[in-house]
Amino acid sequence: MSVIYLDNNATTEVAKEVLEAMLPYFRDLYGNPSSMHTFGGQVAQKIREAREQVAALIGALPEEIIFTSCGTESDNAAIRSALATRPDKKHIITSRVEHPAIRALCANLGTHGYKITELPVDKNGILDLENLEKSMTPDTAIVSLMWGNNETGVIFPVEEAAAMVHKRGILFHTDAVQTTGKIPINMKKNAIDMLSISGHKLHAPKGIGILYIRRGTKFSPFLIGGHQERERRGGTENTPSIIGLGKACELAAKNMEKENTYVKGLRDKLEKQILTKIPQSRVNGDTTNRLPNTTNISFEYVEGEAILLLMNEHGICASSGSACTSGSLQPSHVLRAMGVPFTMAHGSIRFSLSIYNTEKEIDFVIDKMPAIIERLRGMSPYWNSSQPACTNQ
Amino acid sequence: MWEYTDKVKEHFLNPHNVGEIENPDGVAEVGSLACGDALKLTFKLDEKKRIKEAKFKTFGCASAIASSSALTEIIKGMTLEEALKVSNQDIAKYLGGLPDEKMHCSVMGKQALEKAIENYKGVPATQTGAKIICECFGVTDKEIEQAIRENNLSTIEEVTNYTKAGGGCGGCHEEIQKIIDRVKSEPKADAKQKLTNIQKIRLIEETLEREIRPSLKHDGGDIELIDVIGNRVIVATRGACATCKASDITLKNFVEHRLRELVSPDLVIEEVPS
Repeated sequence: MSVIYLDNNATTEVAKEVLEAMLPYFRDLYGNPSSMHTFGGQVAQKIREAREQVAALIGALPEEIIFTSCGTESDNAAIRSALATRPDKKHIITSRVEHPAIRALCANLGTHGYKITELPVDKNGILDLENLEKSMTPDTAIVSLMWGNNETGVIFPVEEAAAMVHKRGILFHTDAVQTTGKIPINMKKNAIDMLSISGHKLHAPKGIGILYIRRGTKFSPFLIGGHQERERRGGTENTPSIIGLGKACELAAKNMEKENTYVKGLRDKLEKQILTKIPQSRVNGDTTNRLPNTTNISFEYVEGEAILLLMNEHGICASSGSACTSGSLQPSHVLRAMGVPFTMAHGSIRFSLSIYNTEKEIDFVIDKMPAIIERLRGMSPYWNSSQPACTNQ
Repeated sequence: MWEYTDKVKEHFLNPHNVGEIENPDGVAEVGSLACGDALKLTFKLDEKKRIKEAKFKTFGCASAIASSSALTEIIKGMTLEEALKVSNQDIAKYLGGLPDEKMHCSVMGKQALEKAIENYKGVPATQTGAKIICECFGVTDKEIEQAIRENNLSTIEEVTNYTKAGGGCGGCHEEIQKIIDRVKSEPKADAKQKLTNIQKIRLIEETLEREIRPSLKHDGGDIELIDVIGNRVIVATRGACATCKASDITLKNFVEHRLRELVSPDLVIEEVPS
């Protein structure tokens, strides 16, 4: 059975070109880029190129790019640096819908003397910047708001937020893990101080990430060790993955348009057809300001894990915000923050596409979904097709 | 991804006895939409008062559907007395086991069965004197106690896995711990009067080891049993406890309290200078 992979916000396949670019650096060109000999030095040259490729994708300077091990490390490094360089400030502002890399970190810092403000979102997952303005105090060290939401794809106005935050002399960080490569980012035209990227969300391998730090921003390293990354991140470079990520960024720049035309077209078709064919289904999150590859659809009166496992029988991969898939007994914090009713939250499915999906695949999914939902609704004690749909939107 | 047995997958993909019996002899609904799973069970008896037919409708994950399917298969042909003896463990066993975090699905089956039989007998469905402990999932003290007894649970996490209680806001963790302590100390309650001196000393030692030393050590302290004279328990404090000004309070409020609860209500704790 072939796999139809619609779970690209979880991870993506490594692009063929990326893998090819990486392969020589495992067995043939395995030198340490810090070495004095040419054998190692030539790898340092490739890392420089990769840094330039990354910088080019987001309109940054190469020296503003630090390679890390993952998005989570980048997020941790950013927040902790802000707190270390502003030791007198004990307040952090974030949102209720952040990725666990920020949310759990802030919860942890909350038990270590820091005050955390989590900004709410409305029923469409939209942030009210007025709340941000009101929440900033002289004690605020950093504001961290995600650019694009991993579950709903809703885009936060982070550039506007960064400008507001900057006016108050506070640092601004954004988790752009889901955004990078999907919508244009130009660091020359915004006031964002720090930005996190993860390689495996844009067709590079797992285990490589980026932290962007604006030139002139004070930085206190998270990993302390050797002089790598201009002493901002110790540890021998993950050379094959850095080179792979450079290539992936180059490809992402080339594919940006395709992402916003072809991928968006497939996503829109999938969404529209599912909503048409399946009664009492609805989209979670704002559909106007949204990543082009993501749709989060709730099916009333059925449970997400059961839906996923029946999709799995057809080789279709996606995710759910239901309680049962997380093991936490509660539906996703993002859907709860949006006040999605329980009848809908437990039956939410996230489809996230990539440029490698085909129209044939999408047609197959459109064909299979109605029977899956109908079958589970047939077993559900709550299902009664005459009920009116829950209209929260 | 959950590691489900083939049997769970089989009962999820091809569930048995889905539906609702018209004019059933017994019917029950447990769970709720808010909680993420719910089960409606209906059954009909034959002339010999055996369960002739049982059907379910379930809103929930794969293991909830599989547990419901297993339940209806298990109870078919049983008398109501036999059916009442079916435990959640039987349901889990029938499926070749469930992941720990999914045990509450089997408990939901058991609860539906009990309620449906109560419904047939005309007994009021609400448990008398039951108090809601977990507000998030509407779980009562009786339900928690029963799950602890039947499944020999000893931690809050286990109680959450089996009943969902405590899996939401976490505000009831303290109360769940109290119920665990209460249930755990039950069999010993009978033995309290009959303790010989040797038994008493052993039980004190065990209790110190299991219940008290780990939490003291967590704060860098420790305690040592020196002697037991009648109901006087003589101890010495070590580590951080020895220099801690609050150690008197710890001894009275925590150590003595636990020993009284778990060993004998007459015990008095005394400290020798270290």
